[in-house]
Amino acid sequence: MFARLVYESFRRQKRRKLLACAAITLGVTVATAMIAVATDIGDKIGRELRSIGANLVVTPQDDALDVEIGGVHLQPPGDSQYLNEIDLPKIKGIFWHNNITGFAPMLPVNVTVIVIASANGFAKKDVTLLGTYFAKQVSFGKENFVTGVRKTHSWWKVSGAWPADDSSEVLIGERLARTLPYKPGDEITLSGRVSTVAGILSTGGAEDDEIVAPLALAQSILGKPGAVRRIYVSAITKPEDALARRDPKSLSGPMYDRWYCSPYPQSIAYQLQEAIPHSHAEQIRQVAQNEGAVLTKVEGLFFLVTLAALLASALAVSAAMATAIFERRGEVGLMKALGAGKMAVASIFFAEATLLAMIGGFAGFAAGCVLARQIGRAIFDSQISVQPVLLPLVLVISILVTVLGSATAIRSAVSLDPVYALRGEL
Amino acid sequence: MRVISASAQKLSASRTTGPHSSMFVRMLVRAAVLRRGRAAAALFAMIVAAAVTTAVLDLYADAQAKLRNEFRNYGANIILVGKDGDALPAEALAQVESRLNGRGIAAPFALVVASTSDGKPVVVVGTDFGRVRQLDRWWSVTNWPSEPHQALMGVRAATAISPQMRPFSLTFAGKKLELAATGTVRTGAAEDNRVYISLPDFVAWTGVQPSTVEVAASGTPEEIEAAMRDLSQAVPSAEIRPVRQIMEGEARVLGKTRATLFAASALIVLTAALCVLSTLMGWVFDRRKDFAMMKALGASGRLLNGFFAAEAASLGAVGALIGYVVGIGLAAWIGRVNFHASIAPRFSVLPVVMVASIVVTLLAAIIPILLLRRVQPAVILRGE
Repeated sequence: MFARLVYESFRRQKRRKLLACAAITLGVTVATAMIAVATDIGDKIGRELRSIGANLVVTPQDDALDVEIGGVHLQPPGDSQYLNEIDLPKIKGIFWHNNITGFAPMLPVNVTVIVIASANGFAKKDVTLLGTYFAKQVSFGKENFVTGVRKTHSWWKVSGAWPADDSSEVLIGERLARTLPYKPGDEITLSGRVSTVAGILSTGGAEDDEIVAPLALAQSILGKPGAVRRIYVSAITKPEDALARRDPKSLSGPMYDRWYCSPYPQSIAYQLQEAIPHSHAEQIRQVAQNEGAVLTKVEGLFFLVTLAALLASALAVSAAMATAIFERRGEVGLMKALGAGKMAVASIFFAEATLLAMIGGFAGFAAGCVLARQIGRAIFDSQISVQPVLLPLVLVISILVTVLGSATAIRSAVSLDPVYALRGEL
Repeated sequence: MRVISASAQKLSASRTTGPHSSMFVRMLVRAAVLRRGRAAAALFAMIVAAAVTTAVLDLYADAQAKLRNEFRNYGANIILVGKDGDALPAEALAQVESRLNGRGIAAPFALVVASTSDGKPVVVVGTDFGRVRQLDRWWSVTNWPSEPHQALMGVRAATAISPQMRPFSLTFAGKKLELAATGTVRTGAAEDNRVYISLPDFVAWTGVQPSTVEVAASGTPEEIEAAMRDLSQAVPSAEIRPVRQIMEGEARVLGKTRATLFAASALIVLTAALCVLSTLMGWVFDRRKDFAMMKALGASGRLLNGFFAAEAASLGAVGALIGYVVGIGLAAWIGRVNFHASIAPRFSVLPVVMVASIVVTLLAAIIPILLLRRVQPAVILRGE
């Protein structure tokens, strides 16, 4: 009888049930989409923040002091230590390798550019040539990936073409180019080697006064194959907290594991140091520290906005349910006149509400997934995927809100005198 | 008995002598008072919807500015350098400061390569520690120098030049300077290799004036653009460079955050509006008996429309006003919790919320009325 009452109620009042269901679906859609966006926003904004540049740098362990002013390296030759290029792919082998969005090795070399000053002779100019990867194919194990400054230094702009990594083409910094008579396509002599100018580089930084070349070219000019001076690593990190700042040597076993397995800038630096022999890895504080601050604010903002969204959708669901039940006072009166107790009537309504919440919850979850994906694609050009774990949570919330939202209306409906209800009076 | 009849007399007197328009007002008030349960539920929905909308709009307008402030912690976004590597004029910093007029921080830097006592080269920088401290907040400094002839050592420079913070000497162009190391600075960048001393010490020792002024100007991209034009007029001998790395990253992150926040706000406002719409429609539909009764008593269609519209509009207005106040509080609380800065109430949000509320409530009243209009009053009154 109970089941038949509920079934008939759904069969005969399709329009009303559809309206209530639509309200629940809408509420759950908004809630699911907002929870998905809020949980993923940290990762998405973290990736956008990577456009500010690398947040970690790896240098040789016993390195002499860098003597560099405004992009001009005044290092005495033979004074520097180097890392080995062969070790570079190991960066993709660390625990948090999925968080490494890219890396770029750097090797500054001093070169002499010969400029034909006038008809009667040559002028020489000492400049710094920076060897690096532009978009180099690197493989580690079975994994192939492309890395270089085009990934880590996204604000670098080239007019002309980017050189290939296996070529001997170079880029000339914007400010340096103003003092040299070269344009893209010209040949240039660098310390006796002839190469081609592929383009003019604009960075807004020290590189504007330098020549940027493929790493192999810089190594052959220096005469040290495989040498790398420093590596910039761009990694997605978690904002640092009290645990992150602890010295790993002072941590106990389980604490150490937690520290090691959290993507703090410190622990990724530690792992890089382990992966690359004779190296010292450090966070670039300007980038890493502020990144954490910005991320915390954005995540906090979206957490609070999600709360507002949940509030609005809970309200929408309970308002719709209250209205739906209020319209059915006549039915309640009839049931009570036929001898149904308060409990019996209330349990029918609660069963209906739960059923509606389940249907609306499933439909809303599916629609919410689509909505979150659309938002992700429209704004971040990447998917915002909804965790399947969210489904039971969303269903429980949906049932709770629906049942709680209808509770007041059900209570007032069942406590109404059947005579008044049937006569249609309040 | 006498009391009642007296009050009844008073009532009938007021009915006959009172202005005719008061019937309309009385119907409105009585409708709200008699069915206060449902009216309160509708008003509550209206208030919550208006409050959430206000808070979200307020946040949407203010979060940009708040996040922009966070980005100023990244340090300089404009750099002034002397053209062709020359030093800047001595009054350059004062000029920059006066043009910024409090809307940013500027710090001067002068650099030379000096040699240590064992002949190794090291970059020495003269600067204003007070300003650097505000400009480059990410510097991890153990102890800032406060006295003349004190030096702040980059961590790598410290281990190479003055292990255990021993006093040391530097030589530039044959002139020797004795320095005491007070603390170290760690940044993970070029600063780690350098020695920082105060600008007066630096100028007295080397005779070199600052060649660079780093500026962290606050404001929107347009304001920063304007600040750059302003600075190039103020210091014509300097080359003004934007720090593209910071400015482009900031623009990207802010743009994405703004777009996501917009999508979220649109969803929330839509949900709130639909909630109000469905609640009020139920409310008005529920009062079809009143509607039929008035119609049966001879009320014109215009009067009925006017009555229900006025009822809905006043509910919308009252709900919007209370909701606005609650929403301002909500936004201020979010600002305090998340940004540690209050979000100023925006009065420009009030008319938007007010108009939107009234439009939604009117819509909610008119749709059921249009449906009921076709029905004969007798059918409704019979309860069919």
